[in-house]
Amino acid sequence: MIDVDVSSRVGDFALSARFVMSGGITAIFGRSGAGKSSLIRMITGLSAPDSGRIVFGERVVFDRAVSINVPVQQRGVGMVFQEPRLFPHMNVERNLLYSQWAAGRKSVIGLGEIADLLGIAHLFKRRTHGLSGGEKQRVAIGRALLSNPQLLVLDEPLASLDASRKAEILPYLLKLKTEFGIPMLYVSHSIGEIEQLADTLVLLEAGTVVAHGPIAQMLSDLELPQLASGPDAGSLLFATLNQYDEQWQITEFGLEGQTLRLPGQLGKKGQDARIRIRAKDVALACKAPGETSVRNVISVVIESITETSGPYAEVSCRVGEQYLRARLTRHSVHELQLTAGQLVFALIKSVALDQ
Amino acid sequence: MSFYLTDAEWAAIQLSLQVASLAIAIALPPAVLLGYALARWKFSGHTLVSALVHLPIVLPPVVTGYVLLVLFGRQGMLGSFFEDAFGLVFSFRWTGAALAAGVMAFPLIIRPVKLSFELSGAQLEEAAHSLGTSRFKTFLLITLPLALPGILSGAILGFAKAMGEFGATITFVSNIPGETRTLSLALYTEMQSLSGDAGAIRLTVIAIAVSIVALVFSEVISRRLSRMLGGQHD
Repeated sequence: MIDVDVSSRVGDFALSARFVMSGGITAIFGRSGAGKSSLIRMITGLSAPDSGRIVFGERVVFDRAVSINVPVQQRGVGMVFQEPRLFPHMNVERNLLYSQWAAGRKSVIGLGEIADLLGIAHLFKRRTHGLSGGEKQRVAIGRALLSNPQLLVLDEPLASLDASRKAEILPYLLKLKTEFGIPMLYVSHSIGEIEQLADTLVLLEAGTVVAHGPIAQMLSDLELPQLASGPDAGSLLFATLNQYDEQWQITEFGLEGQTLRLPGQLGKKGQDARIRIRAKDVALACKAPGETSVRNVISVVIESITETSGPYAEVSCRVGEQYLRARLTRHSVHELQLTAGQLVFALIKSVALDQ
Repeated sequence: MSFYLTDAEWAAIQLSLQVASLAIAIALPPAVLLGYALARWKFSGHTLVSALVHLPIVLPPVVTGYVLLVLFGRQGMLGSFFEDAFGLVFSFRWTGAALAAGVMAFPLIIRPVKLSFELSGAQLEEAAHSLGTSRFKTFLLITLPLALPGILSGAILGFAKAMGEFGATITFVSNIPGETRTLSLALYTEMQSLSGDAGAIRLTVIAIAVSIVALVFSEVISRRLSRMLGGQHD
């Protein structure tokens, strides 16, 4: 568990952040200039806050009150920066093992294991400047992991890559999370990356933590327009893959006792899945629809209805323990006389599988 | 006119090589450290230090020589300290010529050194720190090797400058054959004598050759090293 409570002022910019992260991936989200990088530089020890306290598990790594400031070398934080920052005068293997030959660290995870996982074993003898952007960033991730970190911090690791390279790296990050279970702090200004990876979200705005909490809850929180507005806003649902229907090539997912069907073979039985549904792709019906081409119809309970100043109303619905958002016109909300607590049917037109 | 060098001319060239080598040995380590400090750190007096370092370029060499004489002469503050502490005498010795040459070459050395530290930036150092290496070790393993092209080209330029230094040298340590009469001073001496034209021409050719070789060498080395280090050249 990592407990952060820091504040700092540089020129006109004041940063004040307080949050707690447990295992898994915690994302720090905010637009550029919100103070994301400043915050993680303090957590890693690359800079010192003016006041506050940072605790890693039982270990106090920073406490202004008693003048504790563990230097970056001893904090045990692996860092992946926006640029790969590989050492150009060493080959890939020397880079990967830098913390071991230069700093005497011993890694719990072996070089071979990490190289296989990241798909970089064939690059060992290569010089770094010949690598592609995606390869460089994978080597940088491997190098950080091999320093035996208690915490892995990734500062917009995909920001300098184009879309296809991003798509190349994301699966590796997911594998890291499931295979090694190292807590990760993931900084990004892309909500798409965060939806796919994060368990917890810290929302940073103008140097202040506006909100933090479990990802799905944060994404459907209508009080947080930074996350919940925009044309692609929606909900994130956690489901389990139940079975694959070979005849129709449909994969069925269990969601709180109900079923979602997605085309294609999308994984193995029993696998956890993140399903993303945009609010504008959800329609609501008061009665179970009869014959319809929409395959995904689930029963939900309306939790709240928020009317915006425009033509739309945001409807938040409960599915068991989870939330599904629907964006309807105010007109249809009135015509159907929807109210909180009402049992309705959600017709989901399009579903994206994140994981 | 004979193309062959006289013994005295050979002695002057050999002395110049010796003086220039010692000058670089004295000047390079502080140039590297100071270049790093100027490139990386913000401190009060930054501009002043930078100005002081570059002073020998703009100052009349005779002034530099005179200041050295005042400070490092046998009665000078530093001169008497070095004599008492290490038995090291500078005035009217070849070591003094090396000191003068080192001071005059210093700005030329520090310029490319500082530039290469600025180019490599602090980013890789941060990465190395996060991987566990101390500041000192990071400097040795990352910063210094990456600045090597700049350091080498600074050293070569400085060497060429030290080989040919004239004004500060003659002011500080005079023109003593076999002790402080380096290439430039020998050339000057031959110019003063009635029969010295041939010798002056021979020494001029050598001085030009040394400078050209140094410039080309420094360019080639820094390019090749940068490529080897995966730097900006490709």
